[in-house]
Amino acid sequence: MSEPLVAFDDVLTRYEPVIGLETHVELGTESKMFCGCSTTFGAEPNTQTCPVCLGLPGSLPVANAAAVESTIRIGLALGCRIASWSRFARKNYFYPDIPKGFQTSQYDEPLCTAGHLDVEVDGETYRVEIERVHLEEDTGKNLHVGGATGRIHGADHSLVDFNRAGIPLVEIVTRPVPGAGAKAPDVARAYVTELREIIQTLGASDVRMEQGSLRCDVNTSLAPVGSLEWGTRTETKNVNSLRSVERAVRYEMRRQAAVLDAGGRVLQETRHFHEDTGSTSPGRSKEEATDYRYFPEPDLVPLAPDTEWVEKLAAELPELPAARRTRLQQEWGLSATEMTWLVNAGALGLVERTVAAGASPADARKWWLGELARRANDAGVELTELAVTPAQVAELTALVAEGTVNDKLARQALDGVLAGEGDPRAVVQARGLAVMGESDELGAAVDAAIAGAPDVVAKVRGGKVQALGALVGAVMKATRGQADAATVKRMLEERLLGG
Amino acid sequence: MSDLTALSVVELQQALSAGETTSVEVTRAHLDRIAAEDGALGAYLHVEGEAALRRAGEIDAAGTAGTGLAGMPVALKDVFVTEGVPTTSGSRILEGWRPPYDATVARKLKDAGTVLLGKTNMDEFAMGSSTENSAYRPTRNPWDHDRIPGGSSGGSSTAVAGRLAPVALGTDTGGSIRQPAALTGLVGHKPTYGSVSRYGLIAFSSSLDQAGPMARTVLDAALVHEAIGGHDPRDSTSIDAPVPTVVEAARRGAGGDLAGLRVGVVRELGGDGAREGYDAGVLERVAEAVALLEGAGAEVREVSCPSFGLALPAYYLIAPSEASSNLARFEGMRFGIRVGDDGSRDIDEVMALTREQGFGPEVKRRIILGTYALSAGYYDAYYGQAQKVRTLITRDFHAAFDDVDVLVSPTSPTVAWPIGARVDDPLAMYAADLCTLPASLAGVPAISVPCGLSEGLPVGLQVMAPALSDDRCYRVAAAVEAALGAPLTDRLAERAA
Repeated sequence: MSEPLVAFDDVLTRYEPVIGLETHVELGTESKMFCGCSTTFGAEPNTQTCPVCLGLPGSLPVANAAAVESTIRIGLALGCRIASWSRFARKNYFYPDIPKGFQTSQYDEPLCTAGHLDVEVDGETYRVEIERVHLEEDTGKNLHVGGATGRIHGADHSLVDFNRAGIPLVEIVTRPVPGAGAKAPDVARAYVTELREIIQTLGASDVRMEQGSLRCDVNTSLAPVGSLEWGTRTETKNVNSLRSVERAVRYEMRRQAAVLDAGGRVLQETRHFHEDTGSTSPGRSKEEATDYRYFPEPDLVPLAPDTEWVEKLAAELPELPAARRTRLQQEWGLSATEMTWLVNAGALGLVERTVAAGASPADARKWWLGELARRANDAGVELTELAVTPAQVAELTALVAEGTVNDKLARQALDGVLAGEGDPRAVVQARGLAVMGESDELGAAVDAAIAGAPDVVAKVRGGKVQALGALVGAVMKATRGQADAATVKRMLEERLLGG
Repeated sequence: MSDLTALSVVELQQALSAGETTSVEVTRAHLDRIAAEDGALGAYLHVEGEAALRRAGEIDAAGTAGTGLAGMPVALKDVFVTEGVPTTSGSRILEGWRPPYDATVARKLKDAGTVLLGKTNMDEFAMGSSTENSAYRPTRNPWDHDRIPGGSSGGSSTAVAGRLAPVALGTDTGGSIRQPAALTGLVGHKPTYGSVSRYGLIAFSSSLDQAGPMARTVLDAALVHEAIGGHDPRDSTSIDAPVPTVVEAARRGAGGDLAGLRVGVVRELGGDGAREGYDAGVLERVAEAVALLEGAGAEVREVSCPSFGLALPAYYLIAPSEASSNLARFEGMRFGIRVGDDGSRDIDEVMALTREQGFGPEVKRRIILGTYALSAGYYDAYYGQAQKVRTLITRDFHAAFDDVDVLVSPTSPTVAWPIGARVDDPLAMYAADLCTLPASLAGVPAISVPCGLSEGLPVGLQVMAPALSDDRCYRVAAAVEAALGAPLTDRLAERAA
């Protein structure tokens, strides 16, 4: 069922993309949005439920104050205006995963409006305007049993797990973002990346896309170059990784271009993203969309965040990622490009913690972008998943700096750390990796090297001092790299050139 | 002991604490009467029977009977969720459901040591003014078995008036406590919105629903009010304020001295130019009651509340709108009946069939009304406009309460009508709530107190007060009760004897 696609570069010769993102973030509150049930992920189905989140007759919601606070903090971090009067609203529709027959959400009176987020792609800054940040409750989860695909079509029966029902969900909606051109997919990805990092910094959510605690709907439309009107947009759901955000925009641009090229009309519809193929397929058509009959939730009193409290929350916001990057770049004396590499490698936090543990910024960066990046790459894991802590990396750099080990020995020490043999210093001890000082043992190795290469010795004595390197190499080899090269060189010079 | 079912709550308290009777005896007397009479009256949808006697035995054994409400049998309208006890809200769609939790008011009464006799009949989902909309059976008025007992709390009114319970709880959305109380000769109070918890009250219209007592005397009602009132953290619309001192007010009012109290008679509710649809006998009894208040020292004046005339259309937009959403959860997935789940139908069909067969015609009518009123493009014209009317009505109350302490009117424009007389005329049925709707929309407290008979049927006087001044309602009601002598229901007992 593959659809015709236009080559990406070709799309841009004729069309301008406009993107928009709706991001749902499950807040990391202890309890649910409107009841006291636990929000822990992965519990036995329907064990974290009560009359309220099951929508039993007679039950009533009570808003979770911590969730309101988190939403306001997210709004503040995005430069939003915080409403002094905000209400919940009922979004009415029937579906088995919404127990009350409506979702308690916000409609025309959201908590936060009119913010923005600047993202950087290839040295270029793009401003993404935030239309609104509002608070709602998550739905339950349907499990379709018996079919091949896990989708409702072809399933024998369906089960509903209400553990997720009522978990506080913040929805962050951007305004349409025009003008990104070929960078539209990257801007979409950069936006979600930055948003994720901000929310992580706020401690408002664990923002795990793979567990669904951050979910993205990506809107894409195309308009002919030069057109004053925007095209019809599609809303792609089920976009569950940063890479997928980029791929989904890319795919929709290519697909919609093919539709338009053929003289067709893009349907306003919901589409599903498929991780395996990177493609989208049509879902429910928005043109036959339900009327949600929004009205203010009469079971909840309006929210009226007190100005002083909001100001206090604003003052207590932690340093946000962009500010932190600027500061660290200055403190570490990095160029913008170097900083970008560090960020893209996902190493910023690791380097920061390594520096905090005593390493120099240069050493910390060298380790994480060099040896450790290589190891992660070989193992096919993220840097953060390596079995080594920033403190251990700092210890490695210290061992090198104090001359206990050289770079090669340090790498061997890292082997030990990754193998779970303990901290670097302990590994050096246990494996006997310390550099050999000026000992009798080393003296004997130096003498042996001189005795074993009379031709080289002659060259050195004849004035070709650079030939000394071959002898150093021989000593290093004989000591299995454990000698300190500078010491070896000095000992050779003493013996051959009389100091 | 004489007939225990003839005693008021206060008299039963005294008898219990004096050791003249036991909770088991009182409970058994009521269960016996239910067994004898309820076949004809249809007040109960579920009777606790043995469970009630066991519970009464526990209270007797604990030796607390007569302390507060301990040992007192009570009946609850079936709109209240009761743990392990069938709860239907008068609807087929909840047939067989045994809730896993207690409504806050049910819990409070349980904690006070009361004995649950059973769950009383009601209009389905509290939608109605006659209890004829019960999915199970109509309830008959003990004053005349061919007449309705009012509604939607008609099971509770018949149970208490017919001495099938000493006291009961009802709920009032547009008059559902006050109107059946008036039509059966009881005292019924709708508390200030937010002063009694709605948690566990199966919602009809969330912004209007309030639970309250229905009793044969003002003091009985006050005692139960005090037991169920107060802030509930589970209900965010619940007001964090102390329960008004209603018992004290009822005792004070019974002294008959209303000197200095300013009473406003609402012109728009049965006054000059607004008498159409009112029984002459009702207006006479109400006028006599007002004269009694004057006789007790109150200053009486006429007050105009021009927006009250808009209460009916506003109510019939707001309540159905909220109901259309509140009733969405009844789709057969998690509780109650499920229809058509034979493996051949998809979920939308099963939900639709369940609702088609589970809901009665009046409920469907209101869901359709509400769904329409909330639809895109109509919201502003209907729901939005109705909310504005609500604000106007609230302003009328504020303005009136600048000049008077309480407002009075008839509770119902008519006495109880014959069963079936209005079932084919929903607008006539809706007009039964004309007098009770303004207080509902404004959230202010209002009580109905018996003020005599017309055509041999009870008439109620409504007393409305500012929010959180429920005590004024009780004070004035108690003065009327005292001036009239014995509770009106005594005459019903005499008539039966």
